[in-house]
Amino acid sequence: MRISVQREDFDLGAEVKAIALNNAKIGAVASFIGLVRDINDGAKVGAMTLEHYPGMTEKALEKILAEARSRWEILDCTIIHRFGELKPTDQIVLVVVASGHRGDAFAACEFLMDYLKTRAPFWKKEQTPEGGRWVESRESDDQAAERWK
Amino acid sequence: MNLKVLYFASIREKVGTGAEEFELPAGVATVDALRQHLRARGGAWAEALAEGKLLRTAVNQDMVPGAAPVKAGDEIAFFPPVTGG
Repeated sequence: MRISVQREDFDLGAEVKAIALNNAKIGAVASFIGLVRDINDGAKVGAMTLEHYPGMTEKALEKILAEARSRWEILDCTIIHRFGELKPTDQIVLVVVASGHRGDAFAACEFLMDYLKTRAPFWKKEQTPEGGRWVESRESDDQAAERWK
Repeated sequence: MNLKVLYFASIREKVGTGAEEFELPAGVATVDALRQHLRARGGAWAEALAEGKLLRTAVNQDMVPGAAPVKAGDEIAFFPPVTGG
Protein backbone atom coordinates (compact mmCIF):
# COMPACT_ATOMS: atom_id res chain seq x y z
CA MET A 1 0.00 0.00 0.00
CA ARG A 2 1.45 3.34 -0.97
CA ILE A 3 0.20 6.87 -0.37
CA SER A 4 2.09 9.80 -1.80
CA VAL A 5 1.36 13.53 -1.78
CA GLN A 6 3.81 15.04 -4.20
CA ARG A 7 4.63 17.84 -6.60
CA GLU A 8 5.95 15.49 -9.27
CA ASP A 9 3.97 13.83 -12.04
CA PHE A 10 3.30 10.07 -12.02
CA ASP A 11 3.21 7.26 -14.53
CA LEU A 12 0.15 4.99 -14.55
CA GLY A 13 1.92 2.12 -16.30
CA ALA A 14 4.81 2.11 -13.85
CA GLU A 15 2.45 2.25 -10.86
CA VAL A 16 0.27 -0.62 -12.12
CA LYS A 17 3.34 -2.69 -12.85
CA ALA A 18 4.72 -2.02 -9.38
CA ILE A 19 1.45 -3.14 -7.81
CA ALA A 20 0.73 -6.27 -9.83
CA LEU A 21 4.27 -7.56 -10.03
CA ASN A 22 5.10 -10.71 -8.04
CA ASN A 23 1.65 -11.21 -6.54
CA ALA A 24 -0.18 -14.01 -8.35
CA LYS A 25 -3.24 -13.55 -6.11
CA ILE A 26 -4.08 -10.32 -7.93
CA GLY A 27 -6.65 -10.95 -10.63
CA ALA A 28 -7.90 -7.41 -11.19
CA VAL A 29 -6.43 -3.93 -11.17
CA ALA A 30 -8.70 -0.88 -11.44
CA SER A 31 -7.34 2.63 -11.77
CA PHE A 32 -8.56 6.21 -11.93
CA ILE A 33 -6.75 9.35 -13.03
CA GLY A 34 -8.07 12.88 -12.48
CA LEU A 35 -6.89 15.60 -14.89
CA VAL A 36 -6.92 19.40 -15.02
CA ARG A 37 -9.56 20.66 -17.48
CA ASP A 38 -9.24 23.91 -19.39
CA ILE A 39 -12.80 24.98 -18.60
CA ASN A 40 -14.82 24.98 -15.38
CA ASP A 41 -18.13 26.63 -14.52
CA GLY A 42 -18.10 28.50 -17.80
CA ALA A 43 -14.65 30.08 -17.44
CA LYS A 44 -11.44 29.27 -19.24
CA VAL A 45 -8.85 27.85 -16.86
CA GLY A 46 -5.26 28.67 -17.74
CA ALA A 47 -3.60 27.18 -14.67
CA MET A 48 -4.39 25.72 -11.29
CA THR A 49 -2.72 25.75 -7.90
CA LEU A 50 -3.41 22.91 -5.51
CA GLU A 51 -2.95 23.67 -1.85
CA HIS A 52 -3.02 21.02 0.88
CA TYR A 53 -2.55 20.55 4.60
CA PRO A 54 0.80 18.76 5.01
CA GLY A 55 0.53 16.07 7.64
CA MET A 56 -3.24 15.92 7.74
CA THR A 57 -3.47 15.09 4.04
CA GLU A 58 -1.46 11.90 4.44
CA LYS A 59 -3.39 10.97 7.59
CA ALA A 60 -6.74 11.55 5.89
CA LEU A 61 -5.76 9.41 2.91
CA GLU A 62 -4.59 6.62 5.23
CA LYS A 63 -7.94 6.70 7.03
CA ILE A 64 -9.85 6.58 3.74
CA LEU A 65 -7.76 3.63 2.59
CA ALA A 66 -8.28 1.81 5.91
CA GLU A 67 -12.04 2.31 5.51
CA ALA A 68 -11.90 0.86 1.99
CA ARG A 69 -9.87 -2.13 3.20
CA SER A 70 -12.53 -2.87 5.81
CA ARG A 71 -15.15 -3.08 3.06
CA TRP A 72 -13.43 -4.79 0.15
CA GLU A 73 -10.61 -7.22 -0.51
CA ILE A 74 -7.71 -4.95 -1.42
CA LEU A 75 -4.47 -6.80 -2.08
CA ASP A 76 -2.56 -3.64 -2.93
CA CYS A 77 -3.31 0.03 -3.50
CA THR A 78 -1.50 3.17 -4.60
CA ILE A 79 -2.87 6.67 -4.08
CA ILE A 80 -0.92 9.61 -5.48
CA HIS A 81 -2.19 13.19 -5.24
CA ARG A 82 -0.23 16.13 -6.58
CA PHE A 83 -0.03 19.66 -5.23
CA GLY A 84 1.49 22.92 -6.47
CA GLU A 85 1.17 24.50 -9.91
CA LEU A 86 -0.67 22.51 -12.56
CA LYS A 87 -1.96 23.31 -16.04
CA PRO A 88 -4.73 21.90 -18.23
CA THR A 89 -4.15 18.26 -19.26
CA ASP A 90 -1.85 17.70 -16.25
CA GLN A 91 -2.56 14.70 -14.07
CA ILE A 92 -3.81 15.52 -10.55
CA VAL A 93 -4.65 12.28 -8.81
CA LEU A 94 -4.11 8.56 -9.26
CA VAL A 95 -5.85 5.68 -7.50
CA VAL A 96 -4.87 2.11 -8.33
CA VAL A 97 -6.57 -0.80 -6.57
CA ALA A 98 -5.57 -4.44 -6.94
CA SER A 99 -7.87 -7.24 -5.85
CA GLY A 100 -8.64 -10.86 -6.55
CA HIS A 101 -11.65 -9.94 -8.68
CA ARG A 102 -12.91 -6.93 -10.60
CA GLY A 103 -15.95 -6.22 -8.40
CA ASP A 104 -13.88 -5.28 -5.37
CA ALA A 105 -11.30 -3.41 -7.45
CA PHE A 106 -13.90 -1.25 -9.25
CA ALA A 107 -15.94 -0.52 -6.12
CA ALA A 108 -12.96 0.30 -3.92
CA CYS A 109 -11.46 2.57 -6.57
CA GLU A 110 -14.68 4.56 -6.90
CA PHE A 111 -15.16 4.70 -3.12
CA LEU A 112 -11.61 5.97 -2.60
CA MET A 113 -12.14 8.79 -5.09
CA ASP A 114 -15.54 9.74 -3.65
CA TYR A 115 -14.17 9.88 -0.12
CA LEU A 116 -10.97 11.62 -1.18
CA LYS A 117 -12.98 14.38 -2.82
CA THR A 118 -14.90 15.16 0.36
CA ARG A 119 -12.41 14.29 3.13
CA ALA A 120 -8.83 14.89 2.00
CA PRO A 121 -7.67 18.48 2.68
CA PHE A 122 -6.87 19.74 -0.82
CA TRP A 123 -8.06 23.02 -2.34
CA LYS A 124 -7.94 24.08 -5.98
CA LYS A 125 -7.43 27.64 -7.09
CA GLU A 126 -8.02 28.30 -10.77
CA GLN A 127 -6.48 31.06 -12.82
CA THR A 128 -9.07 32.41 -15.27
CA PRO A 129 -9.02 35.49 -17.53
CA GLU A 130 -10.92 37.29 -14.70
CA GLY A 131 -8.26 36.39 -12.15
CA GLY A 132 -7.78 33.70 -9.54
CA ARG A 133 -10.73 31.94 -7.93
CA TRP A 134 -11.07 29.14 -5.40
CA VAL A 135 -13.03 26.19 -6.69
CA GLU A 136 -16.29 25.75 -4.77
CA SER A 137 -17.15 22.36 -3.35
CA ARG A 138 -19.97 20.58 -5.17
CA GLU A 139 -23.04 19.09 -3.63
CA SER A 140 -22.80 16.27 -6.16
CA ASP A 141 -19.48 15.29 -4.55
CA ASP A 142 -21.13 15.11 -1.12
CA GLN A 143 -23.94 13.02 -2.60
CA ALA A 144 -21.43 10.69 -4.26
CA ALA A 145 -19.73 10.11 -0.89
CA GLU A 146 -23.07 9.75 0.94
CA ARG A 147 -24.20 6.76 -1.10
CA TRP A 148 -21.45 4.57 0.44
CA LYS A 149 -22.86 5.00 3.94
CA MET B 1 1.32 24.95 25.97
CA ASN B 2 0.20 27.19 23.15
CA LEU B 3 -2.51 26.57 20.60
CA LYS B 4 -1.35 26.26 17.02
CA VAL B 5 -3.99 27.61 14.67
CA LEU B 6 -3.80 27.07 10.91
CA TYR B 7 -5.76 28.61 8.03
CA PHE B 8 -5.97 27.27 4.51
CA ALA B 9 -7.03 28.29 1.01
CA SER B 10 -9.58 31.15 0.81
CA ILE B 11 -9.61 31.56 4.62
CA ARG B 12 -5.80 31.90 4.68
CA GLU B 13 -5.95 34.55 1.95
CA LYS B 14 -8.72 36.50 3.67
CA VAL B 15 -7.12 36.65 7.11
CA GLY B 16 -3.67 37.17 5.63
CA THR B 17 -1.86 34.45 7.57
CA GLY B 18 -1.45 30.70 7.34
CA ALA B 19 -0.50 29.95 10.93
CA GLU B 20 -0.26 31.52 14.35
CA GLU B 21 0.30 30.44 17.93
CA PHE B 22 -1.26 31.87 21.03
CA GLU B 23 -2.37 30.79 24.46
CA LEU B 24 -5.74 29.11 24.77
CA PRO B 25 -8.04 32.03 25.55
CA ALA B 26 -9.95 31.81 28.81
CA GLY B 27 -13.40 30.31 28.36
CA VAL B 28 -12.61 28.71 24.99
CA ALA B 29 -13.32 24.98 25.19
CA THR B 30 -14.58 24.09 21.70
CA VAL B 31 -13.74 24.74 18.07
CA ASP B 32 -16.87 26.87 17.73
CA ALA B 33 -15.85 28.96 20.74
CA LEU B 34 -12.40 29.50 19.26
CA ARG B 35 -14.00 30.50 15.96
CA GLN B 36 -16.15 33.02 17.81
CA HIS B 37 -13.08 34.33 19.67
CA LEU B 38 -11.23 34.87 16.38
CA ARG B 39 -14.29 36.47 14.80
CA ALA B 40 -14.25 39.07 17.56
CA ARG B 41 -11.03 40.42 16.03
CA GLY B 42 -13.36 42.00 13.48
CA GLY B 43 -12.62 42.97 9.86
CA ALA B 44 -11.38 40.13 7.67
CA TRP B 45 -11.59 37.74 10.61
CA ALA B 46 -15.27 38.42 11.17
CA GLU B 47 -15.84 37.94 7.45
CA ALA B 48 -13.72 34.80 6.91
CA LEU B 49 -15.10 33.03 9.98
CA ALA B 50 -18.62 34.48 9.82
CA GLU B 51 -21.38 32.58 11.54
CA GLY B 52 -23.29 30.39 9.12
CA LYS B 53 -20.42 30.33 6.64
CA LEU B 54 -19.67 26.79 5.52
CA LEU B 55 -16.31 25.91 7.07
CA ARG B 56 -14.49 22.74 7.92
CA THR B 57 -12.41 22.37 11.04
CA ALA B 58 -9.75 19.95 12.18
CA VAL B 59 -8.27 19.28 15.61
CA ASN B 60 -4.88 17.60 15.58
CA GLN B 61 -5.33 16.82 11.89
CA ASP B 62 -8.67 15.04 12.22
CA MET B 63 -11.74 16.66 10.69
CA VAL B 64 -14.23 17.34 13.50
CA PRO B 65 -17.52 19.20 14.01
CA GLY B 66 -17.53 22.65 15.61
CA ALA B 67 -18.64 21.24 18.95
CA ALA B 68 -15.37 19.28 19.29
CA PRO B 69 -13.29 20.10 22.38
CA VAL B 70 -10.12 22.20 22.22
CA LYS B 71 -7.33 22.13 24.77
CA ALA B 72 -3.91 23.71 25.21
CA GLY B 73 -1.31 22.15 22.91
CA ASP B 74 -3.83 21.30 20.17
CA GLU B 75 -3.36 22.07 16.48
CA ILE B 76 -6.58 23.60 15.15
CA ALA B 77 -7.26 24.26 11.48
CA PHE B 78 -9.97 26.28 9.73
CA PHE B 79 -10.58 25.72 6.02
CA PRO B 80 -13.28 25.74 3.35
CA PRO B 81 -14.89 22.48 2.15
CA VAL B 82 -12.22 20.49 0.32
CA THR B 83 -11.96 20.43 -3.47
CA GLY B 84 -9.20 17.96 -4.34
CA GLY B 85 -9.30 14.96 -6.63
